[in-house]
Amino acid sequence: MADDPVRFVDERLGAGSFARRALRYVFPEHWSFLLGEVALYAFAFLVLSGTYLALFFSPDVSSRTTYAGPFDELTGFAVTPAYDSALHISSSVPAGLMVRQAHHWAALVFVVAMVAHLARTFFTGAFRKPREVIWTLGVLLLGIGVFEGFAGYSLPDDLLSGMGLAIAYGVALSLPFLGGSIGSVLWDGQYPGSGAIESRLYILHVFIVPAIMATLIALHLALVARHHHTQYAGPGRSERNTVGAPMWPGYALRSLGLMLLVFAVLVALGGLVQINPIWQWGAYEINRSTNGAQPDWYLGWLIGGLRIMPAVDVRVWGRTLIPNPFWAGALFPTVVFGYLLAHPWLDRVLARDRTEHHLLDRPRDHPWRTAFGAAFLTWVGSIFFAGSSDRLFYQFEIDYEAQVRVYRVLVFVLPIVVFLATKAVCDELRRTGAAPLRGGPPTAVRRREDGSFEALRE
Amino acid sequence: MRIVERLALLLGAARAVRARPEQPAGEDADPRRRALPRDRAAELAVAVLLVAGGLLAAAFGVLVVAHPQTQLLGGVLAAGLACLGAALALASKRVVVQEVDVEERHPPPAEEDERLTAQLRAGTEGISRRRVLLGAAGVAGCGLAAAIALPATGLGPALGHAPNGTPWRRGKRLVDARTNEPISADALEIGSFQSAMPEGATTEELGAPVVVVRVDPQRLQLPADRRDWAPEGFLAYSQICTHAACAVTLFRYPVYEDTSKGPALVCPCHYSTFDVLRAADPIFGPAVRPLAQLPLALADDRTLVANGPLSGPVGPSYWGVEH
Repeated sequence: MADDPVRFVDERLGAGSFARRALRYVFPEHWSFLLGEVALYAFAFLVLSGTYLALFFSPDVSSRTTYAGPFDELTGFAVTPAYDSALHISSSVPAGLMVRQAHHWAALVFVVAMVAHLARTFFTGAFRKPREVIWTLGVLLLGIGVFEGFAGYSLPDDLLSGMGLAIAYGVALSLPFLGGSIGSVLWDGQYPGSGAIESRLYILHVFIVPAIMATLIALHLALVARHHHTQYAGPGRSERNTVGAPMWPGYALRSLGLMLLVFAVLVALGGLVQINPIWQWGAYEINRSTNGAQPDWYLGWLIGGLRIMPAVDVRVWGRTLIPNPFWAGALFPTVVFGYLLAHPWLDRVLARDRTEHHLLDRPRDHPWRTAFGAAFLTWVGSIFFAGSSDRLFYQFEIDYEAQVRVYRVLVFVLPIVVFLATKAVCDELRRTGAAPLRGGPPTAVRRREDGSFEALRE
Repeated sequence: MRIVERLALLLGAARAVRARPEQPAGEDADPRRRALPRDRAAELAVAVLLVAGGLLAAAFGVLVVAHPQTQLLGGVLAAGLACLGAALALASKRVVVQEVDVEERHPPPAEEDERLTAQLRAGTEGISRRRVLLGAAGVAGCGLAAAIALPATGLGPALGHAPNGTPWRRGKRLVDARTNEPISADALEIGSFQSAMPEGATTEELGAPVVVVRVDPQRLQLPADRRDWAPEGFLAYSQICTHAACAVTLFRYPVYEDTSKGPALVCPCHYSTFDVLRAADPIFGPAVRPLAQLPLALADDRTLVANGPLSGPVGPSYWGVEH
């Protein structure tokens, strides 16, 4: 074996040809290709840290115990085992608070990386044939990842958990026809139910959803490898090859290094930057809430939509048919994710382009697509910012109602402005061929006789 | 044992064993065989089994909801799955092409692909009742889906059966939500806000928590039929927001009434704002229904008691809820 490990493995595992190809798989290099890897490694970290937390956490919210731990302000309060065990993890489990906070941070970073990866894929046209299914899997992962995060922070049964679940109940109830029954079935009765929702979210959060995500990630990566990576145009690069660093030894070491750096950042955040101090929020009961509460960032767009939506119901003969939370809580995310899922097929039809693409576009190369993407991001993003209007009110006393009235207009005006501006910039860049982010054409500087400088264009 | 033999016979396994042609000896003999069964009766039997299996599976789903008797449930689902299993086994032996093929351990790459593709395309050759079989497979799929989906409704009670009441009755005493002490009218000034619960209730009931506020009775604009619901300016409303079930815990009470907006209850989740003077009418934010009002009365010891149930349904709206 020591003489020829490759041959040893080949003869025993029969993996020779596959392994040889995999280990010499070529990765085109660009910083933007690392966004997906960051998401992958954040997911790995979530599995590892979540497994540790699950050793100590109890999802039970159907009974109450008297808190007797080291958080003095909670001493003597009736708390659920879920909240009690989350507090115990935060105060008494070895490295418990560090791991809990790192787990929470990793969820935030995971979704950030997925969104950035999605944007990169969008603006460079990497979703085009033959990669439509890879894009679809990625969009599904984003949606499921958002749900997984929500399920996770609903578990500790602190005040913010409860407020989030209350809103989820309101949205579930708002679904047409069956909403009332769906809410009742999921929660096992009228809110807050029997505690069934927490044990259901728990098994979803720690097993079912991660298993689904791991499967989708495996498919996503298998298809990426099947078609090989995309690459930007450059010397020696064509639609028929990939130019870059092979997996072994260079890229594997670099990528594992990236993994450890991602882990390092997450652990540093977990140890140094406080997140979700559940002992400060206190325990949830249905008659408790707090001003200025915010969900994890990736739900900000939904909270923003719920806040700025005018008070509109569909009503017939004094009965509500479609309640208000449906518009922003159910229809809005359906439109956003529906569009994302449809995008590669729409692009294919609108661009009248049915050929395969392995070389990436620069964003300017497709002004319409880039402008539309920027406008779409602006639309969702401005609704996201509208979600923070309570913080601006709470901390800076900017009138809440005035803010909401402005946002109701801005979320439709801003995307149009951004669309026109982006389109104009793309057209201009295409016309001039300028590269402003690369600092323009190279320039030399010469010192004059009198000591001053003059620039020489080369 | 006889049953097993018959089953084997039915599936054609025994026949396959007996009917195996004589093998020429030696490694270079070609064992490849290909035959089309063209058995229309078997195709029909497969379709019947698929439909029967689908219907039995669906029946299981219905029984889970309507008549969940353990032996019956096990029997019906087992029969359904057995029908589907038998249908696939029979199809494998009597409907699709019968083949013996040879695969090299290390197949030559390119030209092999085309042969495999052609063979795959020919996989359903010789089947005459394609539509019948496809339809039957659809019935089986729908039945299996029903067998999974219908029991899911048993995760919780349907809307009509969920506890949807409120513990509030005439004479029920209000207690402070934190201390469980009765609330004395003399302890609350105009402009004050108080979370309250019905005596003896828990926060497991959505219809329990209320907010009590006190305003200047001169300024009240309650509907005519609620004139006597607010003795001395005491008002009580359900604490659960009608937008998305958050607790209404903010009370806007103006210091300078001439320049400020009027007294209102505000939900901190999405800032639904309810005018307390006009029966919690929603005046800003996404809520559309008013908070249900609790008619109040003062007991002889001047503590607050309910003077009837809440005025309407509590919590977020759903399809068909009274506005």
